[in-house]
Amino acid sequence: MSETTIRTFSVNFGPQHPAAHGVLRLVLEMDGEVVERADPHIGLLHRGTEKLIEYRPYLQNIGYFDRLDYVSMMCQEHSYVLAVEKLLGITPPIRAQYIRVLFCEITRILNHLLNITTMALDIGAMTPLLWGFEQREKLMEFYEAVSGARMHANYFRFGGVAKDMPAGLEERIAEWCDQFMPFMDDLETLLTENRIFKQRTVDIGVVSAEDALAWGFSGPMLRASGIAWDLRKAQPYEVYDRMDFDIPVGRHGDCYDRYLVRMWEMRESVKIIRQCLEQMPEGPVRLPNHKVTPPPRAEMKRSMEALIHHFKLYTEGIHVPKGEVYVATENPKGEFGVYLVSDGTNRPYRCKIRSPGYAHLQALEKMAKGHQLADTVAIIGSLDIVFGEIDR
Amino acid sequence: MSELFVGTIWPLFELVLLTLLIVVPLLLAVAYLTYAERKIIAAMQLRQGPMFVGPYGLLQPLADGLKLLFKETVIPTRANKGVFVAAPIVTFVLALVGWAVIPFGPGLVLADINVGVLYLFAVSSLGVYGIVMAGWASNSRYAFLGALRSSAQMVSYEIAIGLVIISVLISAGSLNLSEIVEAQARHGWYVLWHFPMFMIFLVSILAETNRHPFDLPEDEASLVTGYNVEYSSMAFALFFLGEYANMILMSAICSILFLGGWLPPLDIAPFTWIPGPVWFALKISAILFVYIWARATLPRYRYDQLMRLGWKVFLPAALLWIVVTSGAMVALDLLPK
Repeated sequence: MSETTIRTFSVNFGPQHPAAHGVLRLVLEMDGEVVERADPHIGLLHRGTEKLIEYRPYLQNIGYFDRLDYVSMMCQEHSYVLAVEKLLGITPPIRAQYIRVLFCEITRILNHLLNITTMALDIGAMTPLLWGFEQREKLMEFYEAVSGARMHANYFRFGGVAKDMPAGLEERIAEWCDQFMPFMDDLETLLTENRIFKQRTVDIGVVSAEDALAWGFSGPMLRASGIAWDLRKAQPYEVYDRMDFDIPVGRHGDCYDRYLVRMWEMRESVKIIRQCLEQMPEGPVRLPNHKVTPPPRAEMKRSMEALIHHFKLYTEGIHVPKGEVYVATENPKGEFGVYLVSDGTNRPYRCKIRSPGYAHLQALEKMAKGHQLADTVAIIGSLDIVFGEIDR
Repeated sequence: MSELFVGTIWPLFELVLLTLLIVVPLLLAVAYLTYAERKIIAAMQLRQGPMFVGPYGLLQPLADGLKLLFKETVIPTRANKGVFVAAPIVTFVLALVGWAVIPFGPGLVLADINVGVLYLFAVSSLGVYGIVMAGWASNSRYAFLGALRSSAQMVSYEIAIGLVIISVLISAGSLNLSEIVEAQARHGWYVLWHFPMFMIFLVSILAETNRHPFDLPEDEASLVTGYNVEYSSMAFALFFLGEYANMILMSAICSILFLGGWLPPLDIAPFTWIPGPVWFALKISAILFVYIWARATLPRYRYDQLMRLGWKVFLPAALLWIVVTSGAMVALDLLPK
């Protein structure tokens, strides 16, 4: 018998593929249905954000952070705003801190809803997506209420937030919380104990705790592997140290654990939202320091100084003292960090963004190897990648 | 001349007429099955579904059909043209010819042959060829993987279905579909006697017609749409029509074998007023609802899990049931004479 070699054949998975979650181009070497090699190619959504940031005054850069990971908008603004505030040496008023935490948790739910339901869609369950999007719609209305925009909010500012929440919003958010828990229970009936869903996710794409650390995982990906690391607890920022919440931790590091961790995090987020609403004091939402925050318009009619501040702020922008700083916050996807170097002018000298998705994507080859094509889809779904932040 | 007319032309004409009498309502049913599917899934997903074309969106299927009809047929350069064009035709025709032996009511059947069950079995087995041809001729890797999955899947579930049918045949003592229905008038519906087999059959026909949760050949998430990824316009529409006609055919077989075909649920006054074909249609609709319901609720199986279910669960279970059924019938002397 003559010797035959089995030739693997390569499949170009993406960049235009329903399960590629954006513009992931994945070159798969396949032996029948089994993936021999998964080679993710990135860069198709590269916009040069980091370089662009170097050419804009500090204030104008906030908008870029909305557009990195376009499903966890305010959380990314948060990292950048905190970094600049740290360089400036200011702390926003307490009400602003509560509003920020409140909206960070709303953003977390927005993100996890999208991720879990699209992962379910990749596995073949259609209905969770439609149900989840109804809830996302309501959350986006809260975004719209405070910032005027449904997605790219541009709401967090140095020394506070852009505006106070409109009257009645607190009640609306509280009402939303009440109906969200039954919704979560409904959603779980479709997925959590579903045998097909479990067959498709349990023991798929297992990452051990050591591997998770070695590959630079963070967020739900790390916690699903059994490491209880959450920046909100480990290095509390804003008012997270006043909040009472738990950190769900997985045990096996498979797709199912990642799903469960995210589901549970949403419930914890609702807990935090409720506490924010209860504890939130009245008061200003911006620092009265008009070198950083714009003066009220009424004051500009009376005060020469306010007029000058306003003019300086919107022509030149703020000047940030010389120095460098790294600030990381717990984003829905993991540790989102901003490394900012200031040379004392009104523009950042360098801004390096640490996006969690980048680290998660590089482990795809390791996770998908030896699994089937359909499992690769489930793994990509559980990675929770958004190309806006990976390509930047 | 008149002999030729009476002997050859008139029977031929009659046959064509009867065929049209089955095919036209069937195609209409297919069109409105897509509408029903969209509306039911929409209701389950808190949406409206089609609602702009005509009152309540009732003209939507026609609009969709027209749209596909007027689109350009794209044949990929590297495709094998003959096979590429033949594949959707094969699928569509095979989905229609099965209806020749389906009895719609007492005596209401185009071909009342004595091997009706075998004929249906043969036709549904051939159905896989359309998909394999499409996958191979497209010369696309996604389509090829889809076709591979499809052939493996349809063959394995065919065997489960075959064994399930044997239990029914033993009880009815006939391969003629009308007689199987009439036997159920005497014995009671076979869903009562063979309930586990009914469940296996119901799941197997989902797999046999490549429907959710077994729609691996057209797995959107990993294969884009699988075997029909290169098809457009009417060629695509033929696959689509074929798939839905197959769904209705399989539901019809299921209701004949297990739910008493055209028989009313109880043989007493208010039920017997309704004519047999209406009962038949209602039973088919009920099974089709299960199809749609499954699609809205369940995630998709993986290829190897689907194989495991077919070979390691359904096959032994169906075999065991044959032994139990035949053993019981011999012991209690119930064998049909």
